[in-house]
Amino acid sequence: MLRKVFTRPENFSVFRKLVIHDIYDFGINSVGIVSFMSLFVGAVVTVQTAVYIDSPLLPKYLIGLVARDSIILEFAPTMIAIILAGKIGSNIASNIGTMKTTEQIDALRVMGVNPINYLMLPKLVAMVFFNPFLIAISMILGVIGGWGAGVSSGLCSSAEFMEGVTMYFSAFNVTYAFIKTILFAFVIATVSCFQGFYTKVGAIEVGRASTRAVVYCSVFIIILNYICTQLLLA
Amino acid sequence: MITIHNIKKSFNEIEILKGVSFVFNRGKTNLIIGQSGSGKTVLIKCMLGLFNADEGNVLYDERDFTKMNSSQKKHIRKEVGMLFQGGALFDSMTVEENIMFPLTMFTSQTMEEKIDRVNTCLKRVNLENSNTKTSSELSGGMQKRVALARAIAMNPKYLFCDEPNSGLDPRTSIIIDNLIKEVTEEYNMTTIINTHDMNSVMEIGDNILFIKNGLKEWEGNNKDILSTDNPAILDFVYSSNLFKKIRANQ
Repeated sequence: MLRKVFTRPENFSVFRKLVIHDIYDFGINSVGIVSFMSLFVGAVVTVQTAVYIDSPLLPKYLIGLVARDSIILEFAPTMIAIILAGKIGSNIASNIGTMKTTEQIDALRVMGVNPINYLMLPKLVAMVFFNPFLIAISMILGVIGGWGAGVSSGLCSSAEFMEGVTMYFSAFNVTYAFIKTILFAFVIATVSCFQGFYTKVGAIEVGRASTRAVVYCSVFIIILNYICTQLLLA
Repeated sequence: MITIHNIKKSFNEIEILKGVSFVFNRGKTNLIIGQSGSGKTVLIKCMLGLFNADEGNVLYDERDFTKMNSSQKKHIRKEVGMLFQGGALFDSMTVEENIMFPLTMFTSQTMEEKIDRVNTCLKRVNLENSNTKTSSELSGGMQKRVALARAIAMNPKYLFCDEPNSGLDPRTSIIIDNLIKEVTEEYNMTTIINTHDMNSVMEIGDNILFIKNGLKEWEGNNKDILSTDNPAILDFVYSSNLFKKIRANQ
């Protein structure tokens, strides 16, 4: 199947339009949920960290440092990927599944269009291109959420939090997060499309394909997360 | 002209087609008829390459489709139009975009030329001024007509129709049948219609293939069908009360 995805698009102007459409559909339309989740999870991580390191022996800047690393290393790339698997993965699988059930995929094939390439490649390109932007937004807003919660609840001062955020900063952590992000985007696009294409006929089957897409994407993301961490950080 | 020779197809060791041969004539409406489950849809999908036949050949004007590689098949497919049972319109697109789709994918026409062609096709199926509607805004009959307009957009040499009347009222069915007949003669296409609708058989059956249990049981035209003494075709035709009454009156 992947071999059929990576063939030359039939018409590049159509391909470009589809990529832009999918960037809007999957990327721009996800900015809201990603921002909302990131702000609040950043806040929760900060409050929990502050509660657990509530000792006069530990400096307050640790709150910012731990919150930053938790958000950059794990929350933004992995948790947001799982949320996107639910939002985008189910959308892709049910969309393609419905197209299969209503013979739209057969219609493409009869016209001489490679449906796997036509439907899957733009989604894959859009996801791989836009996911890093979403994760960058998530990282920034997660830290801002943490700063807001820490300062407003009096757990640390703004200067202490920012000291922690900038202390021992490793650029490789961000690189690691973006490597994971691209791999997870690939997983979400391919697994969901695969589930859509192999839907059996019927409305119930479309629902099942959609559920399977979310479950398999989540499982693959978790496993891949562990493998990446072992290979890149251990 | 499309010729099929000894087409066989099985699924999970169940033989659906057991060696069907037939010649579908150009400029005629060729009907494949038979009861549900007789193998009509499987035959049409084997002819289109949506299923690979286990044995046999499909010849599009002497060009053996079954022996072609994917790029050669793609060339043939550009000469094929297909009207699906449910219309198979792309629901993310408007009527205009649906009909324009094959033109955008495979031609280098300008936007004006494409819109001109879309309007010509829509006029041909009596659906002028429906360009901006989406498929959800169309009735079943209108969806079939838009699907027919999309099928003829590329001026195909071969037109396939899978149960074009299913889900339509008798009056709309006749309109669709007549449209198919008219465009077949106008564009001199080889049209193949998969149906079990006896009204269609009588209205537009220039050349009929009757399939039973995966085998060719009978062939003829709409004039022959009422006078045949083949028990299988009689059983099929006179399963309808209307045709029983016609026969009684005769």
